[in-house]
Amino acid sequence: MRFVDEFRDADKAHALAAKIAALCEPGRQYKLMEVCGGHTHTIYKHGLEDYLPESITLVHGPGCPVCVIPMGRVDDAMHLAAQPDVIMTSFGDMMRVPGSNGSFFDAKAAGTDIRMVYSPLDSLKIARQNPDKRVVFMAIGFETTAPSTAMTVLRASAQGLDNFSVFCNHVTIIPAIKAILDSPDLRLDGFLGPGHVSTVIGCRPYEFIAAEYGKPVVVAGFEPLDILQSVYMLMLQLAQGRSEVENQYTRVVPWDGNVVALQAIGEVMELRPYFEWRGLGFISHSALRMRPDYSAFDAELLFSVPGVRVADPKACQCGEVLKGVLKPWECKVFGTACTPETPIGTCMVSPEGACAAYYNYGRMSRQRVKEVTRS
Amino acid sequence: MCLGIPGEVIEFLPDQPDLARVDVSGVRRVINVGLLSDDPPAPGEWVLIHVGFALSKIDEDEAAAALEFLEGIGQAYEDELAALQESRIE
Amino acid sequence: MTTGRLGEPTTRDSGAGAAASAPWVREALHDHDHDDHPSDASRDAAGPDDASPAGSRRQLPLADREQQVLDRIDRARSRRPKIKEERITMSHGAGGKATQTLIEAVFLEAFRNPLLEPLEDAARLHVNGSRVALTTDSYVVSPLFFPGGNIGDLAVNGTVNDLSVAGAVPLYLSAGFILEEGFPVADLNRIVASMKSAAAAAGVQVVTGDTKVVEKGKADGCYINTAGVGIIEHGPILGVASARPGDAVLVSGPIGDHGVTIMLARGELDIEADVISDTAPLNGLVAGLLAAAPGVRALRDATRGGVATILNEIARAAGVCVVAREDDIPVRAEVRGASELLGIDPMYVACEGRVVVVVDGDQAGAALAALRAHPLGEQASVIGHIAADPQGIVLLKTAFGGTRIVDLLVGDPLPRIC
Repeated sequence: MRFVDEFRDADKAHALAAKIAALCEPGRQYKLMEVCGGHTHTIYKHGLEDYLPESITLVHGPGCPVCVIPMGRVDDAMHLAAQPDVIMTSFGDMMRVPGSNGSFFDAKAAGTDIRMVYSPLDSLKIARQNPDKRVVFMAIGFETTAPSTAMTVLRASAQGLDNFSVFCNHVTIIPAIKAILDSPDLRLDGFLGPGHVSTVIGCRPYEFIAAEYGKPVVVAGFEPLDILQSVYMLMLQLAQGRSEVENQYTRVVPWDGNVVALQAIGEVMELRPYFEWRGLGFISHSALRMRPDYSAFDAELLFSVPGVRVADPKACQCGEVLKGVLKPWECKVFGTACTPETPIGTCMVSPEGACAAYYNYGRMSRQRVKEVTRS
Repeated sequence: MCLGIPGEVIEFLPDQPDLARVDVSGVRRVINVGLLSDDPPAPGEWVLIHVGFALSKIDEDEAAAALEFLEGIGQAYEDELAALQESRIE
Repeated sequence: MTTGRLGEPTTRDSGAGAAASAPWVREALHDHDHDDHPSDASRDAAGPDDASPAGSRRQLPLADREQQVLDRIDRARSRRPKIKEERITMSHGAGGKATQTLIEAVFLEAFRNPLLEPLEDAARLHVNGSRVALTTDSYVVSPLFFPGGNIGDLAVNGTVNDLSVAGAVPLYLSAGFILEEGFPVADLNRIVASMKSAAAAAGVQVVTGDTKVVEKGKADGCYINTAGVGIIEHGPILGVASARPGDAVLVSGPIGDHGVTIMLARGELDIEADVISDTAPLNGLVAGLLAAAPGVRALRDATRGGVATILNEIARAAGVCVVAREDDIPVRAEVRGASELLGIDPMYVACEGRVVVVVDGDQAGAALAALRAHPLGEQASVIGHIAADPQGIVLLKTAFGGTRIVDLLVGDPLPRIC
């Protein structure tokens, strides 16, 4: 596969790994945060950590938009889906996220009309084919996905569809990063920037991280070589005492982002004053909702949702894992009470969450991996 | 969720300027290219696909440059290894 | 309201206040709350990486503490399976963790006997001195007709294959039909015609059957159950529990063809590709393999849950480690493309005409040659080997050179594909 396989070439990985190791100061530990669920997934799927020296730890930040949806909002979505004339459409990622009383999957088992879609546009097709039903699209994702939802609403509007609406749970990445940076127990050395979010917002929004907090940022692609190269670029900045924003993913990310996409978001959506992020608490101006002009497509206005807040149990230590203070296995309930089948907190809820990824893919101490795979 | 895949634009749908058929390793799907209306892709060009929309064009020159950098590092590594080997023989 | 700060949120002004956490969460915590956590010693310090302040307990090295936690998790995972759900969900039919739990906690619990316990694809029975294999399978695929075949082909080939991998020569099938009121007879004829050809190709006969009709809205057109009987004439007892360190693991061809075909054939994803189902009878292929390599320890046909599920079954049943190499696992380009596009992993996608082989390491070459000599095995490949340790785990050496675990599926990427 073009533009994929070349960036998965193992031979080049060894060279990069050697260069990265050479940049490590003896005795110093490095913590680099990647904020994108897609990065977490790639790192584990390809076993990338095997190429990094023990002194570098990759910390998995709050970049999984499925994980950060509070259980109460999932309950709201289930309530919407349960309305008799509603067809709920959702990405596959949301189907297994449990609310207080089961997930979309479980609701489907009990007879609720919930359909998995690959694109929000598929919901429009379903709406056209079912004029006597009301189709609600469960919109999730960062700025990567918000433009697609916005374009879908614009299309629905242009087509005069009156039985389609969106339950909007889009979140924005910068406030979450800022909240992590402002946290008192923070101890990160640099950031791998979310490559696909950046195709929309560009690289400028990260400049405050380098300028005000003195941490280097490299906007990274999603193939294993992209991530290794980005780690190399971060380590180079650290070794040279620089803190700048650099773009590793130049083949896809324009420095100024995608103006058309940003305009689409701006036309259809506005920032909520505050929104709860599971594991992180309330963050202001960190999520999107439909603008008043598009209220005909806002499921929260067309239907009433319970809006009850469901707190994570005290035993949940996701907040600390998200900040890099704890590794997944250091959480007291990791792997026992909290598993992919019974995910108590955000980090386990989706396969891209730090704990789920470690449980599913990395559940081996690096030492034992070396022992076994030496053959 | 950040899943973005490179695909090659094959053709535009005749009466729908926003829709194009793309090919991903022999798999074909119609996607919406409306987000690239500033600089629409032409057949043969590559785009990044996410949930049925093209988010960005893939800049082939940048891709080539990235690969060259990686080749270069790879080559330098090979050279160093070779040099190391030779010095040992003595 | 907090502005850009993290921490415990203040009450929302919705007036409702925070509800108590979900009942299933409380139950999960309760099940495990008497365990000690090895990290307890470190919780009081500023962070696990820091040197302990004077006076706190002596800490184990990081790697040892991690290993303790992982051991604790392994103990939790090997506990007696319990069904937590009140209702069956699609996960229970996916072939992964939920299916296993259902089988062990409900069916095995109730029917337990030595013949059932191996939970292989077919039961091995002794009847009047002969070794007989018996198997059954139900077919609920949607859509009924797809590129490469239809439900009828699956119904015959699937059961023939379950007998073949038991080392049996398949002989006789039963065929039970559950038909939906309103189902076109023409479609039924098409399905049955396929079953006739498939049976002829496999050298088996359909010798008994049953027909039921249910009201419109049930049975999704047509469901079929087939049971099969075969004779195990000679040869060792095949079973995944006999895998041992040093064995080689092979697969007979490219994986994921059937599952991806079905997904695309459903038409919901608007994706076109030239993939067809790999449904085929494997008894000829298996016979050639067993003749050439008597050191074959186990055979499994890779249906729902895919190759990944089978590798896990081997690791668990034999208490070994399966080490697989991603580079050596054959996948067609279109299957790869569709999988990348949809974010699914071909290792978990169903096949209907592929067999996974565990064979004595010394005979790997002979086994591979025998598979490749058969039309259905032209792209066979050695995909890994068995190691002693860590037990019960499947490791994948990725194409990129790193290593990761391949665990059982939690959910169901492709509902109802066989």
